[in-house]
Amino acid sequence: MTKGLMGALAVLVVAAGYARAQSDAGTLKGIEKYREALADDNPADLWEARGAELWSTKRGPKGAPLAQCDLGKGPGVVKGAYAELPRYFADADRVMDLETRLVHCMVTLQGFSPAEATRRPFGNGSNRSDFEALAAFVAAQSRGAKMSVSLDHPKERTAYLLGEQMFFYRGGPHDFACATCHGESNKRIRLQDLPNLTDTKDAQRAYTTWPAYRVSQGELRSMQWRLNDCFRQQRFPELKFASETSIALTMFLARNANGGVFSAPTIKR
Amino acid sequence: MADPMRIRASMQGDKVLVRVLMSHEMETGQRKDESGNIVPAHFIQSVTASHNGKPVLSAEWGPAVSKNPFLQFQFAGGKLGDKIQIIWTDNKGDTRTDEAIVS
Amino acid sequence: METIVKFERDRREILKIAGAAAVYGALVAAGMARPGAARAQGAWNQGAFASKSLADVVKAYGGAGAEPTSEVAWGSTPEIAENGAVVPISVTSRIPNTESIAILIEKNPSALAARFQFPQGTDPMVSTRVKIGQSSNVHALIKTADGKFYVATREVKVTLGGCGG
Repeated sequence: MTKGLMGALAVLVVAAGYARAQSDAGTLKGIEKYREALADDNPADLWEARGAELWSTKRGPKGAPLAQCDLGKGPGVVKGAYAELPRYFADADRVMDLETRLVHCMVTLQGFSPAEATRRPFGNGSNRSDFEALAAFVAAQSRGAKMSVSLDHPKERTAYLLGEQMFFYRGGPHDFACATCHGESNKRIRLQDLPNLTDTKDAQRAYTTWPAYRVSQGELRSMQWRLNDCFRQQRFPELKFASETSIALTMFLARNANGGVFSAPTIKR
Repeated sequence: MADPMRIRASMQGDKVLVRVLMSHEMETGQRKDESGNIVPAHFIQSVTASHNGKPVLSAEWGPAVSKNPFLQFQFAGGKLGDKIQIIWTDNKGDTRTDEAIVS
Repeated sequence: METIVKFERDRREILKIAGAAAVYGALVAAGMARPGAARAQGAWNQGAFASKSLADVVKAYGGAGAEPTSEVAWGSTPEIAENGAVVPISVTSRIPNTESIAILIEKNPSALAARFQFPQGTDPMVSTRVKIGQSSNVHALIKTADGKFYVATREVKVTLGGCGG
């Protein structure tokens, strides 16, 4: 165990039973003010613009755009699509989240191989990821929509239950589960308040604000990245991009946010 | 070719309010990469803005300006339909020019 | 004839001032150069951006000192930033005939973050976002048309959130 991790664990343990003192209230208000000051003019808009272009650019062996991709509401319908994902897709006979569906369209519409399509899931500076740009574009088209993820199909229900199981599954060298940080109210890590993802209001607020421009990353990050990075912080094995587990977890979180008004892409620390 | 800026120019009373989002790494030259090598400084050094061809702002920037910079300013004497042009130049000599209409 | 000779003499005076930005600024003020028109190498004030203190930045722009002032509005500038990589700074100068506003972060490796010059007709206000390495004083350094410098100061605390991701 590294020293840094020990420290983080210690903080977590302290935070678990910590009751907010008066001085904290002032600090938290200050942070609220900071968040508000950043809310407009979000660099995420730059990714959204790139995503819009990628959506309509002819690419790949088939020289086709993604523009006819069916995100669940019909070919080419982007408006409101993100608020209904993940969902079951008959043409693939499986539940897919946004990125999985985009890979599907890159393969079927544009002729890329799955390996080519998933070459770069997450961007880093000048090494851009198409998925992050597309996620920003697609998500922006769901702003104002209410989360409405369906559990009508048996495979959707299976995905949800698998996600739930994963959420509470303790593992890795530190015996962490998602629930360790996100299963109780009023917890924080340093000055980051942690949403209780088993509480409806917190779950709605958390899910409807991703994808987000992450200031600490200097990048637009999606739900796939968010989950991958949680796994990294828990010292779990790497969460594979667009894997069944990642889709299941997203299903669990998205469904729990049903009724919440979608507002992403947002800006976060 | 650098990515386009996102420029929004709108009337706020009798002033034109301009808000710009630029796409740039704004690398300080003090960060190290995974191999331990210094990532060279790469940042916007100058920004100029003009309204219908007349200068309305000029700026010198250092690397302490945040990545994907934001800039907001306002000036008098503009109206709907006028053209705003923003130019940035960085320390490597790269440059980007974008325009927007006051709407 | 006299006007031309006067100009030549002034030009030599101007060129003596340290910092190419002063040359450039003076040329702009004299109507000789337009911002953005063929920026020469060195139009960026290297000395100012290498300065470690407010006093040195003032010197780099041709001043002797800066008079403390509270005639500045800080807008939505927060008192505490959740991440020092992106801190919104909004400065409006209420001092008449403000020509430029420079933003300095006292504890950064180099103090000067950015400097903005306002031609006639542009409000002496600016909003931008800067990197603040650690909780520090932020200075708004104002230069007025008569060549005087003023400074307003505000503390911004920087915190950290999360596990470092």
